[in-house]
Amino acid sequence: MNGDAIVVEGLTKVFNKNLVAVDHVNFTVKGGEIFGFLGPNGAGKTTTINMLITILRPTEGSAVVCNHDITRDANGVRDCIGVVPQEYTADEDLTGIENVMLCADLYGIPRDESKKRAEELLKLVELTKFKDKQVATYSGGMRRRLELACGLINRPHVFFLDEPTLGLDVQTRAATWNYIKLLQKEFGMTIFMTTHYLEEADMLCDRVAIIDHGKIIVTGAPNDLKESLGGDIMTLSIQDGKEDVSDLIKKVPKVKEVKKQDGAYRIKVVDGEETAPTIIDAVRAEGHKVTRLSLTKPTLDEVYLEYTGRSIREEEESKEGFAAQRMAMRKARGARAMGGHP
Amino acid sequence: MSRNNGNSKNALHGLWALTNRDLKKWYKNPIILMLGIIQPIIWMSLLGKAMNLGGMFTNFSPTLPSSIPLQLQEQIKAAMSDLSKQAMTQIFGTADYFSYMAVGMMSFVVMFTAMFSGMSMVFDRRLGFLNKVLSTPVARGSILMAKILSAVIRALVQATIVLGIAYVIGPLSVGPDFTVLNLLGVYAALFLISMGLSSIFILIAIRSTRQETQMAVVNLLNLPLMFASNALFPASLMPEWLQTITKINPVTYATDATRQLILYTVDMHQLAIDFLFLGAFAVVFSTIGIVLSWRYLSK
Repeated sequence: MNGDAIVVEGLTKVFNKNLVAVDHVNFTVKGGEIFGFLGPNGAGKTTTINMLITILRPTEGSAVVCNHDITRDANGVRDCIGVVPQEYTADEDLTGIENVMLCADLYGIPRDESKKRAEELLKLVELTKFKDKQVATYSGGMRRRLELACGLINRPHVFFLDEPTLGLDVQTRAATWNYIKLLQKEFGMTIFMTTHYLEEADMLCDRVAIIDHGKIIVTGAPNDLKESLGGDIMTLSIQDGKEDVSDLIKKVPKVKEVKKQDGAYRIKVVDGEETAPTIIDAVRAEGHKVTRLSLTKPTLDEVYLEYTGRSIREEEESKEGFAAQRMAMRKARGARAMGGHP
Repeated sequence: MSRNNGNSKNALHGLWALTNRDLKKWYKNPIILMLGIIQPIIWMSLLGKAMNLGGMFTNFSPTLPSSIPLQLQEQIKAAMSDLSKQAMTQIFGTADYFSYMAVGMMSFVVMFTAMFSGMSMVFDRRLGFLNKVLSTPVARGSILMAKILSAVIRALVQATIVLGIAYVIGPLSVGPDFTVLNLLGVYAALFLISMGLSSIFILIAIRSTRQETQMAVVNLLNLPLMFASNALFPASLMPEWLQTITKINPVTYATDATRQLILYTVDMHQLAIDFLFLGAFAVVFSTIGIVLSWRYLSK
């Protein structure tokens, strides 16, 4: 697909008149790319995706998906998109093939055509052997693959995946990544996915947007974002760290930036391996003892930390306060977010 | 892969696919189907057979003063038995309570099926299925109509089973001019009431995410709907205030229509009133349902 697949301008969703879930978001997804929407739980990822797939009306702003406006021409959007929601939505009482055929009927695809497509897709996701088994007997990975098949039945131009690997084991996750890559390569499909696994975004996505508290903080290709950090990241702790040695470290050549975070120094540095001894010497010369030093090549984790000031993992773990906001958001969304999180 | 979908769409697009899904879930689950059949059997055999109202008079042997000659005593007893039959026929419309309540039972199963139809809406929302459907080009009205339609079909199948069972464990005292045409009328009446009732209960569920709420509503409403009607007992014997309720209770009209068509000699005037009420009830609530589904299915 040529041109822009998704154009979002000032998209905003306010729940219950005061809970701003998505706050004037702007971004563009180019045709044929895999676009990752990154952020912690409750950042507004699902709310954004729900607006783009026309099941939630925006409070403000607009979005165009494959040249159809999401509010004025919702059916036009629905026709050209495929959706794999966070939850397992396949019907447990029906068989695999019955589920795929049901999806085909919802799109109004003629029977002879849909039968052909269903077989094709089940083969693609390697479920042909199990197609006549009830979905209740499927494993988590099989169910995720069945969701993929259902979402692809109308041959979508833009494929939406909401946390496609949430709760999957390592192998199944890798297999899902392969399917996603395949869809892009073979069919030139545009893929919009949300995730809070940074390594997943790094592996798969051509471009990512980091969203936090309903606002997009940064957009770009993972490599560009990592490079924009301007070097390696060094973390240094010193004994009896009451005295601030930031200025001391800053004087070392090739050190670009020093931040004190949680009692340790986060140092942005060019040529980390060579600069590290110089930094240690400089700190020692003033009588401080280095207790810990680590050097990392930038990953999306660092990018995330850089732009949000928090680690995405810490956020997952420290749930106080945040959980309250999430609860409020879920209540406002009704059951839309229910059942998806482990 | 070609991009040509060749989709054909109209206002009812997706209706049958969704209805069929609900029906499949139903008949693929033999336990639910069995329970749905066993329940009316229990009611009919317990209530219908145990509450032998007719027998109350015919099996009654009064002790009459010995001053009355024996011959006269026999005559009195015979007269009493005759009177009781008359009383039953006048009040229940038939001398046999089992037949009376067996037909009421048809409204009962229809009512129950309709009441629980809202549940599947709640589940579809909870499990994310509703969201998936909403992201497809299915007409919004179809989503609600499919729920109503599948409830109606289930209700009619169950009502047929009840009628069959009543006929088998009977005897069912079928009215003098019963024809196949009457049976069609019975289905029409049950169709209308199940359409109206399931619309109401699905409407209650349209924004709900908790099956507990839905259960509470069903529990709250099933007794009044059942007993403040003529399904089990004639409304004419009820106190004035209760009669007023029975007059707005659609179950009363459905039951009256089915009784007239199966058990009684049809009173065309009364039957017309029944159908008018049921028709209005079905049309009003299903219309409200469709209008609101456009508004409330997506926020």
